[in-house]
Amino acid sequence: MSTTMTSSGSSAAGGFRAPVTDQEWSKIGKWGGLCVLALVLVSLIGMPVGLDRRILIHPVLSLGYLSLLWIPLVMGSVVSRHIELEGVESPEPGGRELLAGALTGLIGGAGMAVFILALDNFNLRDPLVNWSPQLLELLTYGRGIGFGALAWILACVLLGLVGSAIHVVPAGLRRVVSHSFFGLLTFAVLEGAISDLSEGFGLEFLTDSIYAKRGGLTVVWSIVLAVLIGGVSMLTKGRLKAAKADYGALQGPERKRASRILFVSVALMTIILPLFLGTIMNELLANVGLFLLLALGLNIVVGLAGILDLGYVAFFAVGGYTTAVLTSPDSPFFAPELHFAVTLVIVVVFAGIVGLVIGAPVIRMRGDYLAIVTLGFGEIIRLLFMSDWLKPYFGGAQGITNVPGVDLGFVVIKGTDPRSVFYLVLVFCALAIYISWRLQASRLGRAWMAIREDEKVAEAMGINTVNAKLLAFVVGAVLASFSGAVMVAKVGSVFPNSFMILVSIIILVVVIVGGMGNIAGVLVGSFVLIGILGGPRQPGLLHEFQSFKLLIYGALLVYMMLQRPEGLVPSARRSQELHQEEFLQDVWLKGEEHEQEEHEAELHAAEAGGSEPDEGSGS
Amino acid sequence: MSGDGEQTVDRTSSEERVALLEFREVNTHYGAVHILKDVNLAIYPGELVCLLGGNASGKTTTLKTLLGMVAPTSGEVVLKGEVVNDKPISYRVENGVTMVPENRRLFKRLTVKENLILGAYLRSDKDGIEADLQYVFELFPRVEERLSQKAGTLSGGEQQMVAIGRALMSQPTVLLMDEPSMGLAPALVQQNFDLIQQINEEGMAVFMVEQNANMALSIADRGWVLQTGMVVLDDTAESLLANPEMRAAYLGEA
Repeated sequence: MSTTMTSSGSSAAGGFRAPVTDQEWSKIGKWGGLCVLALVLVSLIGMPVGLDRRILIHPVLSLGYLSLLWIPLVMGSVVSRHIELEGVESPEPGGRELLAGALTGLIGGAGMAVFILALDNFNLRDPLVNWSPQLLELLTYGRGIGFGALAWILACVLLGLVGSAIHVVPAGLRRVVSHSFFGLLTFAVLEGAISDLSEGFGLEFLTDSIYAKRGGLTVVWSIVLAVLIGGVSMLTKGRLKAAKADYGALQGPERKRASRILFVSVALMTIILPLFLGTIMNELLANVGLFLLLALGLNIVVGLAGILDLGYVAFFAVGGYTTAVLTSPDSPFFAPELHFAVTLVIVVVFAGIVGLVIGAPVIRMRGDYLAIVTLGFGEIIRLLFMSDWLKPYFGGAQGITNVPGVDLGFVVIKGTDPRSVFYLVLVFCALAIYISWRLQASRLGRAWMAIREDEKVAEAMGINTVNAKLLAFVVGAVLASFSGAVMVAKVGSVFPNSFMILVSIIILVVVIVGGMGNIAGVLVGSFVLIGILGGPRQPGLLHEFQSFKLLIYGALLVYMMLQRPEGLVPSARRSQELHQEEFLQDVWLKGEEHEQEEHEAELHAAEAGGSEPDEGSGS
Repeated sequence: MSGDGEQTVDRTSSEERVALLEFREVNTHYGAVHILKDVNLAIYPGELVCLLGGNASGKTTTLKTLLGMVAPTSGEVVLKGEVVNDKPISYRVENGVTMVPENRRLFKRLTVKENLILGAYLRSDKDGIEADLQYVFELFPRVEERLSQKAGTLSGGEQQMVAIGRALMSQPTVLLMDEPSMGLAPALVQQNFDLIQQINEEGMAVFMVEQNANMALSIADRGWVLQTGMVVLDDTAESLLANPEMRAAYLGEA
């Protein structure tokens, strides 16, 4: 502790600590430049104009503006974090970080100002579709170039400053502020879901006052909510972690009981909640369920067995078409009009056979080759259903229509009643989760993981790798075919174009973003991606994002690969490892300056008081 | 661990006993390339034998043929008196042949325990597996400490222990080791060979393929030298160490 004091003391005595060193200039330049690029790119792909109609806080902030404003905030935060790491010798927070953040924002704002001038003076509408007067109008708030340019510079500097300040303020404050910020954002973004839910509970008066008529939170309520969330965050500080630790510390039968209570309450929630939701939300949940079912299947193939299957949609299509042919009276060639339950058995058999037929030649390949071949098979299946050759059997591009819903005797499950569809999907998802869970811990699951890790060695252990991989393929195929069957019963028709390659890719993204080989991860992944952003054709909560969905998917994928390759929900074991590594690194950095005893004392302090041991007392 | 290992090892009369694993005039081809040429080998219970040779002499192919990853084009692979040419790997593993692969090659993202359990993949006797886990812990106390850690996070020496432990989990009577010293720090190489010797002293036959001829011969009973797919020397370890030709070619003496 004493050494740090003297070092900072001497620099203070020496008058002025060089505010920004050479290396940091280049960092500021780099992130500032990136900030400009991101701002201009987002503007030119039409996000601000396209999303302007969705209002988050009425009348101040629309989703369109938010699509730009987060950029300087994040860049400011990133740049100050980088500098903080460079300045290890003086860990106490200082003006340097703030300056760096503000400068980054300034570069971004200046770039925006230049962009506004360019928008006004040149017409590049020909190559750039969104180079439009509306964009200019939006960027200048309709008050002229001068005001717009100045406003952007100021706003970006401010946001850069705020972004960097996040790393300067004490950890407690940072926590509260970020919680209320993200909480508020959640309230604004999930407006549809929240008002739907409150309507179901007869609490419309509450949401009517929180949300403005044209959509978006009112200013007053934004402040109230922010304060409320902040308060809750302050009150619950450490509680969640403690509860988690308590749960983790439970042993034997107690642990079992706790997990059972947790499981039952979650299950009850998923069963009861949809009763209070409206049609749109239930439709959304049903879609999430359908994709969850697909993702769970793909998770077995990719996540457990490590077979990168890019043609997974093929099995979805097989399930869908089998159901349509067997149940619809309008099936062109063969229309036995069977009941859904009977169909399901045949669907399983069929999907299994197709899984074997596609799997057998493909499974002997490795890595890239396998990915490309499966991609091909996925397309082949779709093209076959589309072809004139098979048109007499599957209806070609016109598909098969008039597929009846699922008649359970007391109720008919069909698309017009999405709640019933949701419950049907729920049953299948529960089944799929149970199967995945049991398989993961089984001998077969271990064999799959061994093959994923090192196929040759797995073979040397005596594992029949070809059979194990084929089995993974078949299990995945069956789960996907369930999803296809339910989807067709829900929609009431089936067309080859519902089985584009994009479906395969989106399911893969769900699995990767959620966390490969992890059931909870796949659950979170499908809720976040399909629920909020939407599926390939199904709108999510942010249906305004429809046209930018793929961009966001791509950006998310790149970000995840760089920053969190283990997915949104890594297994507990993995995150613990990461945590430990970070912690050890901290200790190592500090160990350079401290004596061994102090070092140990710190270790104890850190264990007792959270991640930043001397942030509070040191400065 | 095994019935074969418990009988007293009498190395002088090994010729009279049934070989655990044997090559009779084995030839192997990769496409048109002739790798192993009329190779004869025999590994007897309780022996520690090594196969030496330079790069591309066919050492690893020999191992792969013994385990069944590569099929011989002619000749016989004999396991405890039975010709196993067309038997799958799993059959040989079940009958006591296990390989410790080159560079250890653990399942890096699985835990140490999962790695060990996978070694017993073909077994279904839960109690036996548990007992053998305890045996591995006895042999390598360090492995027990690391049980829930991911195998990829272990040090090189610890990984070697897990690799050997994983192989022992299948209750082998003969352990095939592919370059056990490869990729280990010099200090660990000695420790590693001590380990191999220790396992052998417990009664396990060990067949190792090794580049480090000096080290390997210092603990081995017998050795073969392979050159471009042919066995050029077949002798006891002592006489191989004393052989001037051998010293010039493989033991680093000009």
